[in-house]
Amino acid sequence: MPIKRKSNLSATIALLPTWFVAVVVFIGTMAWSIRLSFTNSTLFPSSTYVGFAQYSKLFSSAKWLASLQNVLIFGVLYVAGCLLLGFLLAAALDRKIRFESAFRTIFLYPYAMSFVVTGLIWQWMLNPTLGIQASVRSLGWESFVLDWVVNRDMAIYALVLAGVWQGAGLVMVIALAGMRGIEGEQWKAARIDGIPVWRIYVSIVLPQLGPALAAAGMLLAMGVIKTYDIVVAMTNGGPGNATEVPAKFIMDNLFGRQNLGLATAGATVLVLGVIIAVAPFRYAMHMRDRAKGAA
Amino acid sequence: MAGPHPNGPKPAQITVGRIGLYAFLVVAALFFLLPLYTMVVTSLKSMEEIRLGQIFALPATLDFSAWTTAWSGACMGTVCVGIRSGFWNSVAITLPAVALSVFIGAVNGYALSLWRPRGANLLFGLLMAGGLIPYQIFLYPMVRAMANIALYNSLAGIILVHVIFGLPLVTLLFRNYFISVPEELCKAARVDGAGFWRIFFEIMLPIAVPMVVVVSMLQFTGIWNDFLLGLVFAGRDNLPMTVQLNNIVNTTMGERTYNVNMAATILTAIVPLAIYFLSGRWFVRGIAAGAVKG
Repeated sequence: MPIKRKSNLSATIALLPTWFVAVVVFIGTMAWSIRLSFTNSTLFPSSTYVGFAQYSKLFSSAKWLASLQNVLIFGVLYVAGCLLLGFLLAAALDRKIRFESAFRTIFLYPYAMSFVVTGLIWQWMLNPTLGIQASVRSLGWESFVLDWVVNRDMAIYALVLAGVWQGAGLVMVIALAGMRGIEGEQWKAARIDGIPVWRIYVSIVLPQLGPALAAAGMLLAMGVIKTYDIVVAMTNGGPGNATEVPAKFIMDNLFGRQNLGLATAGATVLVLGVIIAVAPFRYAMHMRDRAKGAA
Repeated sequence: MAGPHPNGPKPAQITVGRIGLYAFLVVAALFFLLPLYTMVVTSLKSMEEIRLGQIFALPATLDFSAWTTAWSGACMGTVCVGIRSGFWNSVAITLPAVALSVFIGAVNGYALSLWRPRGANLLFGLLMAGGLIPYQIFLYPMVRAMANIALYNSLAGIILVHVIFGLPLVTLLFRNYFISVPEELCKAARVDGAGFWRIFFEIMLPIAVPMVVVVSMLQFTGIWNDFLLGLVFAGRDNLPMTVQLNNIVNTTMGERTYNVNMAATILTAIVPLAIYFLSGRWFVRGIAAGAVKG
């Protein structure tokens, strides 16, 4: 039972700054931005309404369309790559391995670093004239090509590589914690039935990790929509539009090109994207909790 | 334990599967370590050596000059003062922002879970929604608002922005923590005449010390590693290290000094890495808590 309302004045007062942030900063500024997206604002906000003109301009912009396509490719491969590699690493570490904590430390350290740092490291590794490509060529393999950051068709995969390098450790930590929580009885029973180890991981362990992995995937997917730093550091959107992403398109138009209306229209689309991405997941969690409550 | 221990477990049988398992782990470890190794060796080479294109070779002689240049002489555009100022800017931004956001988050979590004043659930829902929304939609109006109250491009301004955007996560973590504290504790203290703040400072905050450590770690690395907010709100004189680093590497005129770039990159990564290596368990708990928030 909560404490009686009469004595809740202090709690209410203590929460006032947070109310201010939630209502004024979060809702207020979002409403302001959405409003701007329906005006012809350029350098300064304007109050001339133009309906959906900014949105139609947005979706006829080659750069915006390229950025949507890029973030989709990057997002799917990055989330899938992190989940797959993270799960494999966790399953390997779960096999009573020597030096387990050393391996764990090595797999997770990139996650402690900034996306800017990650982007710069991989920009250097993939530098075609001085990086891995040059090194391998000097060993005698003259035709070796690893020029992803400067190659229009491959630049987006360079971002995926750097992203998975940074994010797989997070999934590993979550998956490993889940595996350690699985009862030994299940293992014994499966071993007695003669089920091979890999089968146990796929058919018994993986389903039980489902909710935790879904949460991790959700977290990574949220990060994808906000992807900005790593692109700025690694490729700055290039070559051409090959690694443009929506968050960067918005920033460029907001502060570089002074296209307020267009930028806020892009930001509104991004928010809708988040809602569409999160809603089914939230709904599933809600239904699961209700089912649990009913049982 | 040293020496033979005949009663210990039997050594695991060496099978093909076992060898494959270790091979996978070693290859994976190389993949994760290679970039760090490359950065370190590059930062210790001279530019002549780097031009040979042997990115994995050890440096011929240890040359620390790139490190001193990165720290105090590297150029951002036309200004050549090194990343030192960015380091101190990051310290000046991160420490107060962490302290403030952890304190407010703890108060929020405590008030929301143990006092539940009117509208608590609504407030919590709004905060969680705010935490999911991409920053881009808040930025322009916030820049205007901050300019109006003379906080745009100031140290206080960037600290405030970090506290604001940190609120959803810190509140969530503290709320989930305090929800597991028995309510009887709070009630008993009330019967003894303690009020909201006294219960907070004398009972709840001491109980929550482990959470304070975890959240501080999470916030510290998060704010230190921030790029976007620092770029937009800090102003030229307060740019955090991450923004200065990107300026050093990606806006250099003339030939790129890769050794200096890599030294600057390591310097920027070193604080969160030190936190990670020194407090591994807490850090892992923090990211696990942050991740499983659901």
